[in-house]
Amino acid sequence: MILAQSDRFFRWDWVFSHLDDIWDKVVEHVVLTGLALGFGLVISLALALAGLRFRRTLGPITWVTGTLYTIPSLALFAFLVPITGISLLTAEIGLVSYTLLILIRNIVAGIDGVDPGVKEAAIGMGYSRRRLFLEIELPLALPVIIAGIRIAAVTTVGLVTITALVGQGGLGFFILNGLTRFFNTEIIIGTVLSVVLAVVIDAILVATEWVLTPWQRRKAAQA
Amino acid sequence: MIEFLADVGSWFLDNWDGKAGYLNRTWEHLQVSGAAMLVAVGVGVPLGAYFGHTGKGGLVVVSIVNIGRALPSFGILALSLPITIEIAKVVPFIDSGLGFLPTWVALVALALPPIFTNTYTAVRGVDPETVEAARGMGITEWRVLRDIELPIASPVVLAGIRLSAVQVVATATLGALVAYGGLGRYIIDGFSTQDDVQIFAGALLVAALSVLTEVTFATVERRVVPRGLRLASEDEVSTPPVVAAPA
Repeated sequence: MILAQSDRFFRWDWVFSHLDDIWDKVVEHVVLTGLALGFGLVISLALALAGLRFRRTLGPITWVTGTLYTIPSLALFAFLVPITGISLLTAEIGLVSYTLLILIRNIVAGIDGVDPGVKEAAIGMGYSRRRLFLEIELPLALPVIIAGIRIAAVTTVGLVTITALVGQGGLGFFILNGLTRFFNTEIIIGTVLSVVLAVVIDAILVATEWVLTPWQRRKAAQA
Repeated sequence: MIEFLADVGSWFLDNWDGKAGYLNRTWEHLQVSGAAMLVAVGVGVPLGAYFGHTGKGGLVVVSIVNIGRALPSFGILALSLPITIEIAKVVPFIDSGLGFLPTWVALVALALPPIFTNTYTAVRGVDPETVEAARGMGITEWRVLRDIELPIASPVVLAGIRLSAVQVVATATLGALVAYGGLGRYIIDGFSTQDDVQIFAGALLVAALSVLTEVTFATVERRVVPRGLRLASEDEVSTPPVVAAPA
């Protein structure tokens, strides 16, 4: 009887005897999230730059990524399965799609929000367009961009659990397994660790911002 | 490719009727989504309005937003199953903890936070001078809320309801995993029988219903919100208080 083992609501003994499995899935979860964020960021940067350079493309870019965002993840994975099968590629295409809207919005907002006076000064000092972007606009836009990455990261960590249905899943593996076996411990472990992971990744991003934007700290100290 | 699409086309001709047909599955999908939204709006808006009006509970709201975003919808659904099974054992008139009940519980849990927090922040954010002016005119606190704060907050409140509704319809798809019907059945069953045609057709239906939900609520929003209060532009980067996570 499978049901007999779920007499107690949560079984610590199961957790302690499966520490290796749990660790493997945590690593898998981090890798799936990292890949999605990495590719998502590269694609978003390219699209945001295109949108900033050619303003007319910004509307269509927002519309397409916004529509992708509305499609339920399970449906998106389902669309992909006939083409890319039950695979890592299917999971990542879906996960990357969901990062685009937020990342592009925040990159555009961040760069648009740079004080025109500062840009003016840099141009007056003879900065090329390229240097203006890399040394002035991008650093000053960082807080807004990182705010976008934080939202995308936390969202992605949650969505990774659903990729269990297309054979990936990280911690979602435990949720799905617990669901099919009526075994609460696995469901709880999968969900709780996924939340913990989201919080940890978010904290790391906050720390990254702190390190990368020393001028903000100074401003805060003066205030 | 063309053959595949033809198969999908004939799937739609063959599967509209009966209990497992997509008309009935769509109805099931809407039933559980609607029931969840009813409770979420009925509880979330009054609570958000009360706390927003009195200005209590700011910290609670921030925590709810943060935790809500990090909680995977899949996890919420899976967690509600053992809970509803326990409930079904105790409450005599509920004969099964499977299917509708866990799906509904999970959807309510998912829809409540964005509705509550949007209402709270919007009511809280109403210009204090406007509220003072109303009080100065001697109207009751209840009327301050009803006639001043809620109408001014309505664009953001309705945006929260729309975001929740889309998320609820999207997540109802996962109800198939706890033995509910709905359109997710086609995808989940298709996965286990490796029936690509059924998977694809199911995905089409789910995507269509989500987009339709978004469009419907956006239209209602435009009709209901007083003209002077419409949000400047949805596409502007001015971030709304809560961006719902995709489900």
